[in-house]
Amino acid sequence: MSEALSDAKAKSPKYALNRAMLGELIELLSKEGHQLIGPQREDGTIVLNPITSLEDLPVGLEDEQDSGRYRLKSIAPDDARADSLFQTTVGPQSWRRYLFPPRQTLWKARRNGAGWEIDADAEATPKYAFIGVRSCDLTAIAVQARVYDNGDYTDPGFTARLGAAFIIAVNCTRAADTCFCASMDAGPAAREGYDIALTELAAPGGEVWFVAEVGSRRGADLLEAVGAGPAGAELVAAGEAAVAATARAMTRSIPADAAALLQRNPEHPHWADIAARCLGCANCTMVCPTCFCSTMEDVTSLDGQEAARLRHWDSCFSLDYSYIHGGPVRRDVKSRCRQWMTHKLSSWHEQFGTSGCTGCGRCITWCPVGIDITEEIAAFAKYQTTEIREEA
Amino acid sequence: MTYVKDGASLERSKTDDPMVPDLYEVKSLLRELDDTFTLTVSLPGQMEQFRFSPGQFNMLYKFGVGEVPISISGDPGATGELVHTIRNVGPVTDAMSYLRPGDMIGVRGPYGSSWPVEAAVGKDVVIVAGGIGLAPLRPAILHCLNHRDQYGDLVLYYGARSPSEMLYEREIERWRRRGLHVEETVDHAEPSWTGHVGVVTHLIDRGDFHPDKTLAFVCGPEIMMRYAVQALTDSKVPDTQIYVSMERNMKCALGFCGRCQYGPVFICRDGPVFPYQKIAPYMKTREI
Amino acid sequence: MIKGLEHVLDVHPIFAGMDQETRHLIAGCGKNVVHEPGDYFIREGDEANVFYLIRHGRAALEVHVPGREPIVIATAGENEVLGWAWLTPPYRWHFDVRAVEQIRAVSIDAVCLRAKCKADPAVGFAFYKNFTPLIASRLDATRLQLIDVYGQPKAAPEPELESGPPAKPAPPKPADPQ
Repeated sequence: MSEALSDAKAKSPKYALNRAMLGELIELLSKEGHQLIGPQREDGTIVLNPITSLEDLPVGLEDEQDSGRYRLKSIAPDDARADSLFQTTVGPQSWRRYLFPPRQTLWKARRNGAGWEIDADAEATPKYAFIGVRSCDLTAIAVQARVYDNGDYTDPGFTARLGAAFIIAVNCTRAADTCFCASMDAGPAAREGYDIALTELAAPGGEVWFVAEVGSRRGADLLEAVGAGPAGAELVAAGEAAVAATARAMTRSIPADAAALLQRNPEHPHWADIAARCLGCANCTMVCPTCFCSTMEDVTSLDGQEAARLRHWDSCFSLDYSYIHGGPVRRDVKSRCRQWMTHKLSSWHEQFGTSGCTGCGRCITWCPVGIDITEEIAAFAKYQTTEIREEA
Repeated sequence: MTYVKDGASLERSKTDDPMVPDLYEVKSLLRELDDTFTLTVSLPGQMEQFRFSPGQFNMLYKFGVGEVPISISGDPGATGELVHTIRNVGPVTDAMSYLRPGDMIGVRGPYGSSWPVEAAVGKDVVIVAGGIGLAPLRPAILHCLNHRDQYGDLVLYYGARSPSEMLYEREIERWRRRGLHVEETVDHAEPSWTGHVGVVTHLIDRGDFHPDKTLAFVCGPEIMMRYAVQALTDSKVPDTQIYVSMERNMKCALGFCGRCQYGPVFICRDGPVFPYQKIAPYMKTREI
Repeated sequence: MIKGLEHVLDVHPIFAGMDQETRHLIAGCGKNVVHEPGDYFIREGDEANVFYLIRHGRAALEVHVPGREPIVIATAGENEVLGWAWLTPPYRWHFDVRAVEQIRAVSIDAVCLRAKCKADPAVGFAFYKNFTPLIASRLDATRLQLIDVYGQPKAAPEPELESGPPAKPAPPKPADPQ
């Protein structure tokens, strides 16, 4: 993200812009050399693709999500939102695939006489513009930024890509059934980490307007450049009301004491219950926007003259993940479920001072057997309550 | 940019990308046991910058095969070379066992926490080692012997599988002469062995040290460490004074790859050396 | 009775909790013995009518395997008690015992002690109570040796998944701060 405004932000005016102005704005970003990445319909879902214009966005689409279920559907033509761009929430992908790509070449090496040498020529840092980053995902980016810059070591790739990116956030005016960002204090309104944050509003006539908040000087400059004017009080109020209604519409939640609850219960019988349903497929960790685990792969050319180290995403659900000479430590699916959920909701706090969950709901939607992290944590809480009652 | 053998810079690789190793030249490879060897490497002109504390480890990379975490087993007081005693347990360590002087390996490090040799000044130090676990303890032993007058009793209890599988045998005699009390035990032996036969915990049970003013450093297979900690606790060593070195899968040593998580701790950054108290609950949890 | 033996009995933990009269009796059953290096002074299968308090030297407990060198499975040294087979039927030695170095020990005749234990349950309890930890620690040690903790770990078989796709096999990669 560009240079933050901090204090100035609070005082900065909110802008109103229409769809044409937004189109112009992303065109300007493109001309500045940013590669535009935004949500796009593909294979029956919304994925994050390189886009060229607003036409590539999922216009007039909304999503239906539930545990183990995802459907896209068209918004009825007589619905005021029929021309809206951002009525789908989050799809299976998150922005980490651009900030920390699933497969990266760390370095290459080639033999040189008796020895060998390393060619660490990094690829040029891509300059992205992320269009339509939801609040949960902004939080996830901030969570990952702590992982990849942990005080001792910095991942130069992640840091450079994030530093070069222009971020247009979108405050959610609609929640999927799987959303629970409100209970994770991660949405539905974007708080920080953006250049521009939009709230999409559909006027009764069908015209789409956006209330824009600025998070950086460059964000403000671009809004000025496309002729966005100050947003009227009525429009601002309508935007705030829509976002507030989104928060109220969420039915799922994670209890505030989840971290302590899981810390107390590494041997709870409910782990076996989860494991009985879990396929160990790792979907939850692949769709999670904060998961950061990776593994290394070493490749050599056939003649043995060149070698490369590759890093790719890994999952705590794979057996190989916990391998030490002799065999994997977490042999039972139960212990892998425990690792995933306890890490997300509990040990993450100790490691990074924040939860590893942002309430995006992806793990719920994309679990092939419909395991729902909010239901599972509720089960732990429930057993716990019963135990306490029995003791009393 | 290109890193070449002589132009490699520790400083540069650290600030640029912590995943890029420096290239070290193999000085010697000494076969210690059937499956264990000691690799000595050096980076001419750069070694004086390399400082490590006893108990820390490096990531060693073999061209085209892979990278593994290996504890440093050299003398922390000596610069000029890096020493690692390595057990051949997989493809990378196996490939390393064929290295010859003049070959090159990649080195990143040093990483991790260390044995509290400074906190142990003025106290007795009881070192409990099992098998290859003596290798990560060797720098601590050498540090204590280099500063022998700063410590009370120095004791090494060393357990191995059999007499022919005892590491650093000749060197242990030198350590004895420098003021280390050594007791060795093996799981089973031929009749020619005149030392102890039995488990290393038995040496602790019958040990002669002052539990209240003792710091204990334990390294070996995890089962052996669990029992050794119990024996030390039974001998009235407070568990706040017991340190263990842990082992888990590790790919980056930076806290990025997630693999070495042990409960909430990252073995690479918070460990490998832990006060026992800090990890006691996880040691008791299966498959954590 | 040997001079000073009662003092040995007073301080040795194996006789903790026994009264003076019992100690006097035990001392009456004791005698000093010396075994030279290489002496086998206990043979597997023989009647176990004695136990030893080792005062100096080291003894090796061996298993005899025809056609092979004997295997030493434990050693006992200074201040340790050697032998608990006298306490429990069928009162037979389980191992050969060889002096590794010259051994000076107190050998205590157990036949009279067994009678005493039977006649006086308090004495019997004290013996069982004090010898049980010795037996238990031998058992624990044997288990640890059985695990072969220092051996090369054999590749563990893949855990079976009850349902779902087969798990990715774990390639044998080492990852070990050794």
